Amino acid sequence: MRGSITLEELTVSFNGVRVLHGIDLAIGPGETLGLVGESGSGKSVTWLAALGLLPPKAKVSGRVMLNDRNLLDMPDSKLTGIRGGRIAMIFQDPVSALNPMLTVKRQIGETLALHRGLSGAAIKAEAKRLLDLVGIPDAERRLNAYPHEFSGGQNQRVMIAMALAGQPDLLVADEPTTALDVTIQAQILDLLALTQRETGMALVLISHDLGVVSQVCDRVAVMYAGRIVEEAPVERLFEHPAHPYSQGLMGSLPAIDGPRRRLTAIGGTVPDASSLPAGCSFAPRCAFAETQCHEQIPLLAGIGRDHSVACLVSEAQPSAAIRYSRQKEQRIEA
Amino acid sequence: MSASLLHARNIARSYELNRHIWGNASVVHAVSDVTLSVGRNETLGIVGESGSGKSTTGRLLLGLESPTRGSISFDGRPLPVIGSPEWRKSRTRMQMIYQDPLAALDRRLPIAKQMREPLDIHQAGNLQERETRVSELLRAVGLSDAVARRYPHELSGGQRQRVVLARALVTRPDLLVCDEPVSALDVSIQAQVVNLLSDLQAELGLAMIFISHDLRVVRQVSHRIAVMYLGRIVEEGEADDLFARPAHPYTRALVSAAPVPGTKLGGRIMLRGEPPNPANQPSGCAFHPRCSAAVARCKSEMPALAELGGGRKVSCHLAGSPSENQADPSPARTRVPLNPVEAASEDVA
Amino acid sequence: MKMSSLKAIGFRAVRSLVTLLLCVTLVFVILRAAGDPSEELLPPETPPDIRQEYRVQWGLDRPIVVQYLNFLSRVARGDLGESFASDLPATELVMRAIPKTILLGGSAFLLATLIGMSLGVTAALRHGTAVDRSLIAAAVLGYSMPVFFLGILLILVFALQLRVLPSSGSSSPVHLILPTITLALPLAGRVARFARTATLEVMGKPFIRTARAKGLGQLAVILGHALPNAMVPLLMFFGIEIGLILSGAVVTETIFAWPGLGRLLVDSVNMRDLPVVQAVILMITLIIVLSNLFVDILHALLDPKVSLARTLGGAG
Ligand SMILES: Nc1ncnc2c1ncn2[C@@H]1O[C@H](COP(=O)(O)OP(=O)(O)OP(=O)(O)O)[C@@H](O)[C@H]1O
Ligand SMILES: Nc1ncnc2c1ncn2[C@@H]1O[C@H](COP(=O)(O)OP(=O)(O)O)[C@@H](O)[C@H]1O
Ligand code: SF4
Ligand code: SF4
Ligand SMILES: [Mg+2]
Ligand SMILES: [Mg+2]
Repeated sequence: MRGSITLEELTVSFNGVRVLHGIDLAIGPGETLGLVGESGSGKSVTWLAALGLLPPKAKVSGRVMLNDRNLLDMPDSKLTGIRGGRIAMIFQDPVSALNPMLTVKRQIGETLALHRGLSGAAIKAEAKRLLDLVGIPDAERRLNAYPHEFSGGQNQRVMIAMALAGQPDLLVADEPTTALDVTIQAQILDLLALTQRETGMALVLISHDLGVVSQVCDRVAVMYAGRIVEEAPVERLFEHPAHPYSQGLMGSLPAIDGPRRRLTAIGGTVPDASSLPAGCSFAPRCAFAETQCHEQIPLLAGIGRDHSVACLVSEAQPSAAIRYSRQKEQRIEA
Repeated sequence: MSASLLHARNIARSYELNRHIWGNASVVHAVSDVTLSVGRNETLGIVGESGSGKSTTGRLLLGLESPTRGSISFDGRPLPVIGSPEWRKSRTRMQMIYQDPLAALDRRLPIAKQMREPLDIHQAGNLQERETRVSELLRAVGLSDAVARRYPHELSGGQRQRVVLARALVTRPDLLVCDEPVSALDVSIQAQVVNLLSDLQAELGLAMIFISHDLRVVRQVSHRIAVMYLGRIVEEGEADDLFARPAHPYTRALVSAAPVPGTKLGGRIMLRGEPPNPANQPSGCAFHPRCSAAVARCKSEMPALAELGGGRKVSCHLAGSPSENQADPSPARTRVPLNPVEAASEDVA
Repeated sequence: MKMSSLKAIGFRAVRSLVTLLLCVTLVFVILRAAGDPSEELLPPETPPDIRQEYRVQWGLDRPIVVQYLNFLSRVARGDLGESFASDLPATELVMRAIPKTILLGGSAFLLATLIGMSLGVTAALRHGTAVDRSLIAAAVLGYSMPVFFLGILLILVFALQLRVLPSSGSSSPVHLILPTITLALPLAGRVARFARTATLEVMGKPFIRTARAKGLGQLAVILGHALPNAMVPLLMFFGIEIGLILSGAVVTETIFAWPGLGRLLVDSVNMRDLPVVQAVILMITLIIVLSNLFVDILHALLDPKVSLARTLGGAG
């Protein structure tokens, strides 16, 4: 029986500095959600907090609900049954995310023993099946190999095998292809999409590349400075990005075909978490900002079917993207 | 095309690897038989998987390393011997930009000071003139004078890369080699730097080599693009045309693997296997173990880099043969020229 | 595969042999460079003809190269001459002392590892807390305390004041207690400091987060994932420490009249008993070189990136 996972008003602070300002997200069984945003916007922290994987100095509040139970209230001893079993997570740099001193059989086997109660020969057989599944050639022999004997892409495959070993309801993949070559990136995304469909698990794909996210996910949430600023089905987001930041992200991506156009860079940089501007955090970089934007924090509100956005100058028209870019360019040059 | 500023003829570079104390040394052919040129006002993009020899080619072209074979000429003359006084003088005319801007900057010096350094070393003008030049350039890359007084660690990634860029331009170089200059940056910041590079190039008439594994970014800045595989150029052509009508199976796979916003995975050419190991080169066409179009001949015979017309060069036994072009599975995308002048000049050719 | 692992062992063995040879040569050069040994060894009023007799007997009249080769061949045979003081072969004196030193050094090593590791790891897991800070302070106190001072302090308190422990000799296991503690405490301080940094470093590695993300408990993460990675640097550290333990033993054995190598060295130096001094120095060199060889091989066995481990690990 698979449950849905809901984050409610999740906040995180480090040393008194708030980096997540109340995240609300729901992932239903078998859903695929993409989480995009610039570096430091809080994509990783959101899921590390949900799984209790942040260092002790982090202050976490809110609720992470799984089958009517709040993970944040659970003692660590209970949480260990959820981590890797109900919710698995894989990380950006696969080479350093695997233990260099242990064979891959041992590392996959740990999950099998922990969450599936397997032992001995059963572990070996299942570990081999999983390596086969993720496309490691000659799996039987490679069971006793160490991470350094695999390439980066293969290590990410091993990570995926390890995550699948616990038969999770949800797999959180944190930038799983950022460190890899384009060709290998395509292979890994393909593998993730395939296993997601076959096992019916839900998938959260974290990335700063909208192109990557749209290949695998049905729904996308855009994060900025510790808040979700827009959430919509993939097609909808690409056709009608409503938040100026989403429009900016879209305009920053060069295309591989068609006419070349000038990129619409978002000027400036992400504000530091310790000195966020008053009102809308995006206001200093936003071409549409009005007086109220500097005073009032916009809340996430529905603007259509499954589409919500956090912007005071509501529904900045899609055609505005172009206007936006012109104004922005002028401002940068000025 | 205008007369080329930099011209490399059949250059190669190999390294000896000594794995074990008593083991035999093995030879890695990082770059083999590469011929390319770039003119003023022109950007040549180089793409390929990691280990395909992009960075090595960049270092060779810049004269930071000498090729084991072949020759390179810059502005009509061969590159001077590394370390010689002429070589040191030539450094001001050619500059390199790397992926990690923080590593390229001296963390103990404020920005303005380290930007002035190349001018101080080469005694260009008096102090007043040097300082003016520095603040001119900082403004050109969109940084305020306040940034000039800061230290590298006090800047964001995008600002740092701008500083590196400004510093590279301080000596008014003719050639700029950029090795993955935006790969470590966020997309939004990437766009800032990419725009800046295009603008500066057009403004200053630089010759530029732009190395990246991101096809989308390379297309955005380049006039021509060379695709590298295992140390060789396997396809070269005009930027938009190359990715719209890739002729080499490897280029086709690369184009197909590039993530395009709003499109699902389905229907893509998936390249099997790992990026190849230059220490262990396959026989015949180096791409044959991963090539879905490979025929018997590919295993034994290495295809030459042949002209296809229209500035396109391809190294594949099947390319250019009419049957293959018709059977081309990739949808031919309509090609839109960069500007009318260029389109006209190509019609003539 | 098999060949490469044998090569790896062979290479390390050859390297140890070369080190040993260098040390032996050094001993020879230093002892000869200090002047004609007969000047040093015989009383100044010895008549020249007697002196000459001795020089012939010791081979000191031969060319230096011949002396060197003779020296080498005697070292190889374990014949280092007779002690002037006791007329026993120097090697035999050394052999009698070795077990005592190994007993003292070994028990101090065990004690220090036990205390140091548990304190160091605890401090690291409580990083930044008061526990961490007080453990660091204790460690600093431990390793900055001079051995002779610590020894004398212990004697004052436990032997003279409380009269619960003997302060000199080696006749019973109880005699081992004070010297062991004296030798172990500074070492424990160093082990604790090292274990703390090593643990902190390993626990910050991404694969630890992976291990926690798969649902392993704290203990399983430390024992199953952190420890295997801390082993290699720890081994290197112990390799270096062996020399320090031996030098600490010289002082400790002297204070507590513990009849080991260190005490033998001090005594024979005092009595200008050249053959014994030579034998002790060579033996200490041998111990250090052998234990480093042992550490090297163990390292190769533990680290999967060294080819040796692959073969032996795969076979087992
Ligand atoms: N251990 C920590 N101590 C203090 N601040 C932290 C810590 N981990 C994260 N942060 C802060 O929390 C914010 C969100 O970080 P997070 O890692 O979630 O970003 P991200 O969106 O995943 O970015 P990236 O794309 O770079 O991975 C940042 O401001 C970051 O500096
Ligand atoms: N100094 C060097 N010594 C040995 N091998 C090298 C050296 N520089 C590059 N190589 C090897 O040459 C190949 C091509 O490297 P590189 O030019 O850096 O590729 P790319 O930039 O395309 O990723 C790689 O296999 C790399 O390991
Ligand atoms: S609320 Fe105002 S500043 Fe924020 S994104 Fe909307 S328009 Fe821009
Ligand atoms: S020569 Fe053969 S193997 Fe090489 S790319 Fe062409 S078809 Fe493929
Ligand atoms: Mg992250
Ligand atoms: Mg490179």
